[in-house]
Amino acid sequence: MIYWNSFADFLAMGGYGFYVWGSFGVTVLIMALEPITAARTQKLTIARLKRQLRAENRNTAE
Amino acid sequence: MLKIVTAVIGRDLKLAMRRQADIVSALFFFIIVVSLFPLGVGPEPDLLRKLAPGVLWVAALLATMLSLPRLFADDHRDGTLEQLALAPHPLGLVVTGKVIAHWLVSGLPLALIAPVLGIQFDLSADALLVLTGAILLGTPALSGIGAIGAALTLGLRGGGVLLSLLVLPLYIPVLIFGAGAVDATVTGLGGEGHLSLLAALTFASLGFAPWASAAALKIALE
Amino acid sequence: MTDRFNLYRYASPATFYPLAGRMIPYFAALSVLFGLAGLYLGMLVAPTDFQQGEGYRIIFIHVPASWMSMFIYLVMAFWAAIGLAFNTRLSGMMTQALAPTGALMAFLSLWTGALWGKPMWGAWWVWDARLTSELILLFLYIGFMALTAAIDDPKRADKAGGLLLLVGVVNVPIIYFSVKWWNTLHQGSSVNLTKSSMAQTMLWGMLLMALCFWMYAIAVALLRARTIMLERERHTDWVKAELAGVER
Repeated sequence: MIYWNSFADFLAMGGYGFYVWGSFGVTVLIMALEPITAARTQKLTIARLKRQLRAENRNTAE
Repeated sequence: MLKIVTAVIGRDLKLAMRRQADIVSALFFFIIVVSLFPLGVGPEPDLLRKLAPGVLWVAALLATMLSLPRLFADDHRDGTLEQLALAPHPLGLVVTGKVIAHWLVSGLPLALIAPVLGIQFDLSADALLVLTGAILLGTPALSGIGAIGAALTLGLRGGGVLLSLLVLPLYIPVLIFGAGAVDATVTGLGGEGHLSLLAALTFASLGFAPWASAAALKIALE
Repeated sequence: MTDRFNLYRYASPATFYPLAGRMIPYFAALSVLFGLAGLYLGMLVAPTDFQQGEGYRIIFIHVPASWMSMFIYLVMAFWAAIGLAFNTRLSGMMTQALAPTGALMAFLSLWTGALWGKPMWGAWWVWDARLTSELILLFLYIGFMALTAAIDDPKRADKAGGLLLLVGVVNVPIIYFSVKWWNTLHQGSSVNLTKSSMAQTMLWGMLLMALCFWMYAIAVALLRARTIMLERERHTDWVKAELAGVER
C-alpha cells in the first residue's frame, strides 16, 4: 500500500526533497503559528479588557 | 446630466489653474523619474529600448498617484465635498466630472510629454506612437481607479502611502496591457490586442469607478 | 412558525460568540482528521508522477492553499456585501477575522508555487497571468488589512474595507479563468466535476487536503472573530458578563 521503499527514500523525495519539504515545512509553520498567535491575542485582549473594566468600576465606585 | 459633469469639470479645471505648480511638479516628477533610469542602468541602447515601455508606464503610474490625494482632499478640507454630497444631483456624476478634470491635468500632459521622453530610450517612431496612444488611452483608467482609492482613504493618517498600497494592485492590469502594447509593436506582433483590452479597461473603469468612489465618499463623510 | 430554530438569532454577536466557541474544537478536529487522511494518501500511498517525479507532491499544499485564498476572498466579499446592504455588525467582524488567513493562504500559494516551479520549469517566478493575479490577490488582502487598520471607527473601517473587497473581487475570476484565456506557463486545470486527468489517489489526497485547509480556515477565523467581538462590543452587558465569567 505504501509507496516508499524506505524512510530515506521518503525524505529524499526523488531528489526534490528540498522543494517538497520546504513547502510542507513553511505550511506547518504557518498552520502552527497562526492559531497560536490568534489564541495569544485573545488572551491578551481579555486581560486588557478586564483591566479596563476594573478601572472603570473603581472610578464609578468612588 | 451632462451639464452637471461639465460644470464640475469646469470648476475643477478653474481651481487647478490657480494651482498650476501642482500640475507642473507632477509632470516634472514624471520627467525626472524617467530620466533616472538610463543613469541607473547604463546607456546601452538595446537595454533602454527594452526597458522603455515599462519605465515610462511605471513613472506615469507614480506621477498619477502623486496627484490623486488632491482629487477630494482640497474640497473635503473646506467643506465643499460635504455640500456636493448633500446636493440633489447624483454624487457619481460629480465624481465623473472630477475624474475627467483630473485626467485633463495629469494624464493628458503625461501622454503629451511621453514621446519626447521616449526618444531618450531610442524607441522607434512606431513604438513612440503606440506608447503615446496607450498612455492616452490608459491614464483615464488610472484617474478613475485612483478616485476609488482617494475616496476610501479620505482624511486618514498615512494617506498617501496607504493610497498607493490600495491603488497600485488595481493598476497592474493597466500597466500590463499598456506596456505590453508597446512591447508587441516593437517585436512586430502588433499592439492592437493590448490596446483594445486597455480601451476596455478604461471604459469599464470610467463607467464603474465614479459610483464606487461616490459610495466610498459617503462612507468617509458619515 | 416557531422561532426555535431562527438562524437570525446568530446575527447578534452575543449569541454568535458562544456558538463560535463551541464550534472551534469540532472544526479543528475535522481539519486534523482530513489532514491526516490527505497526507496519508498523498504522501505515503500515491505513486510518483510520470512527468514530474516526486516534486509534484507539493500539489497537496499548493492547490488547497490557492483554492482557499480565492474562496476566503469570495466569502469576505459576500460578508462585505451583506454588511453594506443590511448594516450588520457581525459581517464586518467576520471579514476582519478572515483576512489574515486569506493573506497567508495567498502567500502559501505563491511560496509553494515557486518551490514547485523552480525544479520543474527552472524559474522561481514568471509573470504569467495566473501567478500575477494571485500576487495581486495577496496585495488586495494586504491593502484591505492596511485600510481597516488605518481607520479608527470600526463602522467606517468595515464599510470602507467592504467596498475595497467588492472592487477587487473581479480579480478572483481572473485568477481562476486565466489558465483558460491565456496559454502560458501555469498548467491548465486538471480537476473538473466529470473527469480528471490525475490518478485516483492523487486526486483524493488533494481533495482531502483542500477540506483540511477549509476546516482549518474556519476554525482560525472563528477564533479571531471571538476576539474581535469582545473588543468591539466591550461596553455591552454580555461582554462584561463574559469577562467576569472568565475570572473563575
